[in-house]
Amino acid sequence: MKNPLDSLWGTFISGLVLTLILYNVVKFALQ
Amino acid sequence: MEFIQLGIGRWLHILSGVMWIGLLYYFNFVQAPALAEAGKDGTGAGITKHVAPRALFWFRWAAVATWLMGAMLLGGNFFKAFFFLDRAFYAIGLGAWLGTIMIFNVWVLIWPNQQKILGMKPASDEEKAKARRTAFLASRTNTALSIPMLFFMAAAGHQGTFFG
Repeated sequence: MKNPLDSLWGTFISGLVLTLILYNVVKFALQ
Repeated sequence: MEFIQLGIGRWLHILSGVMWIGLLYYFNFVQAPALAEAGKDGTGAGITKHVAPRALFWFRWAAVATWLMGAMLLGGNFFKAFFFLDRAFYAIGLGAWLGTIMIFNVWVLIWPNQQKILGMKPASDEEKAKARRTAFLASRTNTALSIPMLFFMAAAGHQGTFFG
């Protein structure tokens, strides 16, 4: 499998996915 | 005292943070693709000799200034934030962790390997190739991490708006 960090789009999407995951973790923790 | 810690501290945190992340984006969005192009016709020396060392200087020291100003801003709440001991500091705690991982990458993975790549430290061709890959991936990791880091920095003072 290709490393997503090899492309700028892959890097950007990885950052967005991580943001979404962490956002939900914090939202859940704050409930 | 509060003006210096929370006022001037916040201003300098943002100022140095813009320089750090601005240069990180310069490396990823401008310099790396430019060097790849320049490698084809052998014109990359100007960048590696004159631009990259200067950019790296401001990049790594801006990272230090950003982290220190962030720690000063947290002040007595530093441990509450870093160890998630208080709900009010969840967002900034996560942002601070992401920033801390990023400064680790700058000083432990990017800078020592860039010194080998740019010829500031002796390295064989094989070591240089390995250093290039490690520095590249650490830099790309930081670019990816900057996205949630900035989200949680923005959310820190507005948890109600961001998390309901």
